[in-house]
Amino acid sequence: MTMIFGIPLQALLGQLLVGLINGSFYAVLSLGLAVIFGLLRIINFAHGALYMLGAFVGYLLLAFAGIGYWPALILAPLVVGLLGAVLERTMLSRLYKLDHLYSLLFTFGLALFIEGTFRYFYGSSGQPYAVPPSLAGGTNLGFMFLPNYRAWVVVASFAVCIGTWFLIERTKLGSYLRAATENPTLVQAFGVNVPLLLTFTYAFGCALAGFTGILAAPIYQVSPVMGSNIIIIVFAVVVVGGMGSIFGAIATGYLLGLAEGLTKVIYPEASNIVVFVIMAVVLLLRPAGLFGKEA
Amino acid sequence: MTETSLSHPIVEPATGRAPLQLLAVCIGIAALVAAPMFFYPIFVMKILCFALFASAFNLLLGYTGLLSFGHAAFFGGAAYVTAHAAKVWGFPPELAVVAGVSSAIVIGAVIGFLAIRRQGIYFAMITLALSQMFYFFCLQAPFTGGEDGIQGVPRGKLFGLIDLGQTMNMYYFVLGVFLLGIFAIWRIVNSPFGAILKSIRENETRAISLGLSVNAYKLSAFVMSAAIAGLAGSTKALIFQFATLTDVTWQMSGEVILMTLMGGIGTLLGPVVGAGLVVTLQNVLATSEFPVTVITGATFMLCVLAFRRGIVGEFEAAIDRWKRR
Repeated sequence: MTMIFGIPLQALLGQLLVGLINGSFYAVLSLGLAVIFGLLRIINFAHGALYMLGAFVGYLLLAFAGIGYWPALILAPLVVGLLGAVLERTMLSRLYKLDHLYSLLFTFGLALFIEGTFRYFYGSSGQPYAVPPSLAGGTNLGFMFLPNYRAWVVVASFAVCIGTWFLIERTKLGSYLRAATENPTLVQAFGVNVPLLLTFTYAFGCALAGFTGILAAPIYQVSPVMGSNIIIIVFAVVVVGGMGSIFGAIATGYLLGLAEGLTKVIYPEASNIVVFVIMAVVLLLRPAGLFGKEA
Repeated sequence: MTETSLSHPIVEPATGRAPLQLLAVCIGIAALVAAPMFFYPIFVMKILCFALFASAFNLLLGYTGLLSFGHAAFFGGAAYVTAHAAKVWGFPPELAVVAGVSSAIVIGAVIGFLAIRRQGIYFAMITLALSQMFYFFCLQAPFTGGEDGIQGVPRGKLFGLIDLGQTMNMYYFVLGVFLLGIFAIWRIVNSPFGAILKSIRENETRAISLGLSVNAYKLSAFVMSAAIAGLAGSTKALIFQFATLTDVTWQMSGEVILMTLMGGIGTLLGPVVGAGLVVTLQNVLATSEFPVTVITGATFMLCVLAFRRGIVGEFEAAIDRWKRR
């Protein structure tokens, strides 16, 4: 068997794949956080809960309406995004004028509320969600076995990342968005409906979380606590990457996912905390974050 | 009127009110001394413990303007060390508490040193991430007993004389610790050092331009807050005679934020009132089928949307309005 640094190649590649999958989720989630933070200047603590909600929407659609994975892949982000829009309109928009820590506290309460509700009905254990038949099975690459669904997750989340980057950096809507980030008052004076833009941005960020949730559902089980487990890691990712750039959020997500996978092979005991250790090191060496612009 | 700062400016007490305040403090202490005659002592001790924890947290959020999402690390970490010291090393309670507080100071210095490198929302996220790291450490470290925690911690004899196994002795010990902690916070807040902390809260850039080494002040405030949170955690380990993972989870950090928010950020009594309310609410809900997390979350949202000054804060504002009329 081929060995690298005394580690079987198969195990290394297997864990790197797991790392890449986790990294994909981190990337899309931190991307959503960065999109929301860019315009609204708030940190969406409920992001993990909305990710969990996306997975549950998929699960409930299948359990009660018989709607399968592919329609759910569209419907779950829509439902979560709509919920986000309602929340922003009715409650979150009242907090913009205050210290941003208040919106952090508000979304934290929201996260507890959503998670608590689902835990009340489903307990802490996970509900299985089957891989769609069209993606069942796997491909033998010669050096390793690649499950088709996992390959799909990597491709789909990468496509979403690129799509979001394109939307923000290369379209008219994106240019409004970036302009409103710089100077909302001026953009409003030019006749752009900034409050609507804020609602759309929050809803879009939430939809990204919902999308990640349904994407993750067949890999992890659908469980009420899946959101709070991941959100703290994603926060660390965001601290490492800095929320200054869309690209930074995506790249850091993938990097830390891979680092986590690598640690699982080399020193498994530390795999839970490696992301936090990296965060601490980055804070020591480059306090503004790898891609951060602010002082 | 828009509030931009996390807390409202506090009206400094006029000198003429001093005797009245002293009277109020005496009545309060007398009520606490008599409380175990009327309520279940363990329950009152739990409230005192969390009241001290929330007050320590408020020292940081209310008076320095730093939102820590990781205070459970100091509370739970100190609880573990105290439990371990009392059970395995056979320390007397006073030394076990000292060991717990020292560990909280060390953890606080490390987390604080890293966290103060960023501001605002980032600060909150860093403290959360580092305390989660500490949680994983406690989950895997051999001395914490993993999921079981440390059970059957002996309360021991205070200074080798007073048997804390007696509930009433334990109660007055806890009350003493509580009063000591609150007094320390009051002294810190009303000292020149406290005035500098408030100036950092109000305008950090200005404080820097005045020549203050803001980072050193922030770190000192952070470590003091961690130490007092650790004192509360150590006491809790002795009261309930166990230390478990619950005390180091992020939910615990959230709980202490809720207590402070509900009672009133930046008020001396607010966290005490908030802790009393939250602990009572949890006790009531524990016997019902209703999910505590849902209520906690809803209360959080409600407090932030409609009730930012908290109970004591609203009360003080009402008195203020009444005086101005």
